[in-house]
Amino acid sequence: MSEPEPLRAPLEIGFDYTRSLGPTLSQFMTALAGRCILGSRGTDGRVYAPPFEYDPVTLAPPGELVPVGPEGGVTTWSWVPEPLEGQPLTRPFAWALIRLDGADTAMLHAVDAGSAAAMRTGMRVRVRWAEATVGHIRDIACFEPVTEPKGRGAAWTDERGAPATSEEGRRRLKSAPEASEINTVTTPVRLHYEHTASPEESRFLRGLAEGKLLGQRCPACGKVYIPPRGACPTDGVPTTDEVELADHGTVTTFCVVNVPFPGQRVTPPYVAAAVLLDGADIPFQHLILGCEPGEVRMGMRVRAFWKPRHQWGTTPENIDHFYPTGEPDAPYETYAHHL
Amino acid sequence: MTDVAVIGFAQSPVVRRGEGTTNGVEMLVPIFAEVLASTGLARGDIGFWCSGSSDYLAGRAFSFVGAVDAIGAFPPVMESHVEMDAAWALYEAWVKILTGEADVALAYGFGKSSASELRRVLSLQLDPYLLAPLWPDSVSIAALQARLGIEAGIWSEKDMAEVAASSRAAAVTNPRAQLSGEVSAEELLGQPYIAEPLRAHDCAPVGDGAAVVILASGERARELCQRPAWITGFEHRIDSASLGARDLTTAPSAAEAGRAAGASGVEVAELHAPFTHQEIILRNVLGLSGAATVNPSGGVLAGNPMFAAGLARIGSAAQEIISGRASRTLGHATSGPALQQNLVCVMEAR
Repeated sequence: MSEPEPLRAPLEIGFDYTRSLGPTLSQFMTALAGRCILGSRGTDGRVYAPPFEYDPVTLAPPGELVPVGPEGGVTTWSWVPEPLEGQPLTRPFAWALIRLDGADTAMLHAVDAGSAAAMRTGMRVRVRWAEATVGHIRDIACFEPVTEPKGRGAAWTDERGAPATSEEGRRRLKSAPEASEINTVTTPVRLHYEHTASPEESRFLRGLAEGKLLGQRCPACGKVYIPPRGACPTDGVPTTDEVELADHGTVTTFCVVNVPFPGQRVTPPYVAAAVLLDGADIPFQHLILGCEPGEVRMGMRVRAFWKPRHQWGTTPENIDHFYPTGEPDAPYETYAHHL
Repeated sequence: MTDVAVIGFAQSPVVRRGEGTTNGVEMLVPIFAEVLASTGLARGDIGFWCSGSSDYLAGRAFSFVGAVDAIGAFPPVMESHVEMDAAWALYEAWVKILTGEADVALAYGFGKSSASELRRVLSLQLDPYLLAPLWPDSVSIAALQARLGIEAGIWSEKDMAEVAASSRAAAVTNPRAQLSGEVSAEELLGQPYIAEPLRAHDCAPVGDGAAVVILASGERARELCQRPAWITGFEHRIDSASLGARDLTTAPSAAEAGRAAGASGVEVAELHAPFTHQEIILRNVLGLSGAATVNPSGGVLAGNPMFAAGLARIGSAAQEIISGRASRTLGHATSGPALQQNLVCVMEAR
């Protein structure tokens, strides 16, 4: 008989990393908020833009950062026919390494060129700033081709169209208010997965949809695991024999949850416990309701409270909670090896 | 110094989309059984276990802990993990033997790239301040590197297609390969770009897989293996994370690792080059002469299980010695964008 496919479900992961910048990147990001790009001068005489934090030769932090131009030349590029989520543009664009005027190294960014035919190595591009600049690499929305002819290394202009020199850039930097210094950046990460349950977990979850608790026995040591695992952690062999377990058992250990947190299903205080189902060798995590938290104890006998059958799915949530059966407590020796 | 040799290697088939979980157990259980059987070792004989895998690839925290079930880690074993290709786990295992803490050590790596969008997940290995927030994908970054070499006249799109054609032809005899077959460079060049100047054949296929290598010291190695692959050099180096500040047409860290490990004069080299032009860079910097056979397995263009592929290169190169086909071989692993970090392991028969 062929095994049905393992169960799969989408898994969405998101986290907004907040990162401290340190002195060099703090200056760099602060300047970006003021629509200026900075580089660092290395002991090798080269200007690195974006700046290094430690000199590639001496490993010393850079001295004063120097402004570089908002225009530069493309040193290499690749074409993105279908942009991915989170990239700077949602229409086809080029990634490019761009050597900004006044810099000796290149920065990676997007070029909004319209088509691959409009891209070539050596072409001139100019920064396009985001509508609001906040001190983040994404203050540079992207670069765009410079259409009017200009020689490499040409002077760049400020927002009034006046030519800006390094001196000019320094003056603008110094006029930036101290209070606005950027010390951290937030970088959101959003990832999408298809989570696959193992074959054993899939049988367990399908069993739950029929109101059954299916564990597996290790063929080597005879221990019964629920939820079942792909391999016995003692013997490293696949667990093959399926065992149906009772929906009642013994509290081996527990904690009283007093702390509220987002997404909590039950109002504290309540009890989260390890329940050793009769016939199993590892306890099962669940809630104990139906009594005062203070009454829950090690050895307490409990039974599953199933949700109404029409609400069942391939999930442990089919069991709403466990509740005390009122039987005498299990002797300590019966669960001492399962703590 | 203690002599250490590779005495066993096994790898799972590389498949586009495996049925298993992201903790690798389903891929690992059979290859552990295979490598232990081939060496006559029992699990209890392994003095140190070290894995390479990635939580970002798995989409869950501490995903490598799930994999430990596959090694039967109760009662507790000495175990470690690197969030890198398992070639670096092998390096840790090698050091463990050199320091006398174990005489037999096992390194394993696994990756289920099919669980997410690999090229996007890999952008998170970049500088988290200046690059990762832009989500530059791994294929696009490799394309920037490929164009630099093409426009500098170091390689051509045709050279790149020939690397792909050779890889697939070599993989015909590799039952674990994901991609193999006879195809001409001309046919490949007729295909459209996916990230100009890269075509699909220039990029390693996305696939799921796992690999395992066993090391043993001196006498133990001789007892357990008729023809151990003795490690004579094992070195890793790294280049700047700043893509725009280094010469991407070469890989100084690979050159330095190769020089330090004594790469010259090997008969066979298994190179971890996820993009065709990177094989050309590696051949150049490792000084592989025309006499050296490169990637008899097909290399990672024939199957690239993330976090296991570099280890599998070393295992495949060792297997050339263990099987008697060669006397001096090299396994290479890379990590990071555009060949940023490189490891070279040179092995020989005695």
